[in-house]
Amino acid sequence: MSTLFRIILQRLLLGLLTLLIVSIVIFAAVNMLPGDFAEAVLGQGATEEAVTAIRRDLGLDQPPVTRYLEWLGGALQGDLGTSFAKANFASFVGADAGSGLDTVAAQIAPRFANTLFLAGVSAAIAVPVSLILGVLAALYRNTLFDKATNIFTLSAISSPEFFLAYILILFLAVLNPVLPSLSNIYQGMSFAERLDRTLLPALTLTLVVTAHMMRMTRAAIINLLASPYIEMARLKGLSPLRVIVVHALPNALAPIITVIALNLAYLITGVVVVEVVFVYPGIGQLFVDSVKIRDIPVVQASCLIFAGAYILLNLVADIMSILSNPRLRHPK
Amino acid sequence: MIIPLALALGLLVAPLVRWSGRRLSGDAPYWRDMPYGAAYGYVLAALALAGSAWLYFVNGNVFFRWGVQGFIAFAIAAYLFRLAGRHIGTGWSRRQFRKMPLTASFGILTILVYAVVAIFAQWLAPYGQEEILARANLVPGGDPALGGDPGFPLGTDQIGRDILSRLIYGAQNTVGIAFATTCLAFLLGGTLGFLAATLGGWLDQLLSRLMDVLMAIPALIFALLLMTIASAWAGSERGLLTLYMVVIIAVIDSTRVFRLSRAVGLNIVVMDYIEAARLRGEGLRYLVFREILPNATAPLLAEFGLRFCFVFLTIASLSFLGVGIQPPLADWGTMVRDLSQFINYAAFVPLAASVPLLAAGAIALLTVAVNFVVDWMLHRSSGLKE
Repeated sequence: MSTLFRIILQRLLLGLLTLLIVSIVIFAAVNMLPGDFAEAVLGQGATEEAVTAIRRDLGLDQPPVTRYLEWLGGALQGDLGTSFAKANFASFVGADAGSGLDTVAAQIAPRFANTLFLAGVSAAIAVPVSLILGVLAALYRNTLFDKATNIFTLSAISSPEFFLAYILILFLAVLNPVLPSLSNIYQGMSFAERLDRTLLPALTLTLVVTAHMMRMTRAAIINLLASPYIEMARLKGLSPLRVIVVHALPNALAPIITVIALNLAYLITGVVVVEVVFVYPGIGQLFVDSVKIRDIPVVQASCLIFAGAYILLNLVADIMSILSNPRLRHPK
Repeated sequence: MIIPLALALGLLVAPLVRWSGRRLSGDAPYWRDMPYGAAYGYVLAALALAGSAWLYFVNGNVFFRWGVQGFIAFAIAAYLFRLAGRHIGTGWSRRQFRKMPLTASFGILTILVYAVVAIFAQWLAPYGQEEILARANLVPGGDPALGGDPGFPLGTDQIGRDILSRLIYGAQNTVGIAFATTCLAFLLGGTLGFLAATLGGWLDQLLSRLMDVLMAIPALIFALLLMTIASAWAGSERGLLTLYMVVIIAVIDSTRVFRLSRAVGLNIVVMDYIEAARLRGEGLRYLVFREILPNATAPLLAEFGLRFCFVFLTIASLSFLGVGIQPPLADWGTMVRDLSQFINYAAFVPLAASVPLLAAGAIALLTVAVNFVVDWMLHRSSGLKE
């Protein structure tokens, strides 16, 4: 048990180290931006004193290492800095200094919750559906059903998300108005209403990830079917369904869990395009908008959150596969 | 409402079908051993077919009909192409076509068509990609009574550029840029990967850790972050921004190529013939190009197909988000974004709504085709038969 604990601790530390290095990469990349924020915001009014004042207010006059450490320290305490989006000349000078300066955390927090909701709904649909379909495809392998699902899932994986999204909008929102095509979500909505608005983007994401998970489930099960113990189970006269569900599936669980975790990571990070199509107020849309107006603190913070979620879920996949496979627990 | 009812109905009908099958066939083994699930599956398939036929002939919309017609047309084209391939060409190519599934021949046909359109876009397109013509927002179809023009079979866009020409040029720009990016990524990732595998030691460690860090950031997010910076560097020079995008995506994707080529290279480096070549005193260049590369072609070729799909989709997504290929270059992702609002008129003017779907479908069709071909190649080389 202690070795297991040690391995998990090791992985956790490794993940933390990765996150730290990633934050350095993000910070360094952002610092390659040419020009000066203070001058850009002031425009015509960029006098010597005003520029210095803003630089001092935002801490831009410090050397990069100090700024990085301050940013990191703030991020650890949940303070991700101040958004530049609504900053202007008046924010820094005169009586209403500080107006129009939104904190990044206040901008991101509700949107991050929305994105998690969307990812949660998609996962709740996608995981059971893909497991059942994967088992069925393995059970009826090389039949017409298997070939049809193969073609369908391959097409779904390789289509761009916006194509699937517009097809779904066309059939489920425009031609047969079942679901709303725009996800207008606000505070204080009832759960059912919210689910209704979220369902169409969630269905799009489900299509994308289900295909991948289903194919991996099928491949993992079929890989095992040649092993002697499956042969034995067959010779005992067990039904094909029982052979697959009771004998093959538990041993195929490790790769399946890995794929599920990786797809959940994809759900959190890959939502960008889907959120833009459906105007879903999530973190992905905020990220794209900030990229367009170069709102650096928000871009930096969203990047860090995305990378963190990605690393965390990869870590979970890693640990789960170690837990489910005794051979990995005792490396030679 | 109808779908759950049909599912429940199937549950009742399935044993009936199995029972009647047993009676009619005199208890043939096929019917005798049929599990309940299989019978249910057959019933569901029959119901789905009936439902589609009902949608197609009685109460469907025009998009469903187009979809079905397109599917059948593609299937027939793929079948004819395979038939032609079996009788024309060298002995080797005819042998390949004989064992080919229909999906793979469809993929090869589609890739060929795209290549031809992309190479000869200048001669195929009726107008230039930047040419602004007299009338904007012409409806596709070319019927003057509905607001079209026979000169513009797919209509014109919001500032009066011919959509058909832009679709054709889009093949050149989008596919061409994606292809160049993939080649660059392979040049970079492949070289570094093989170097790391052959030399080993601290170089291998350094490169591997560097790639690990780059891979820890999700690809699309990292690309968007770097594109922010690139757009600040490029300023108003749009051609330069496209060039930056090629480099950025090539670097991000080269990490995945590095992983694969290093793994493949490591497996080859321990072979006896490499040992022999080393003892002969061959240099590094001979080792990489004459010994390792020829033995790593098959997995790298399959990876090239998949990587191309990823790069192509990333570029399309970036363009769709507005930070990818810049106007005035025609590009499918940008076209989808610009024309997407027409989908809302699908119930009244189906032709107008079809244009953004056509651009998005052009992207999807190529990636699906490449995936079909890669799937077939992998299946053939892996020998996964069951």
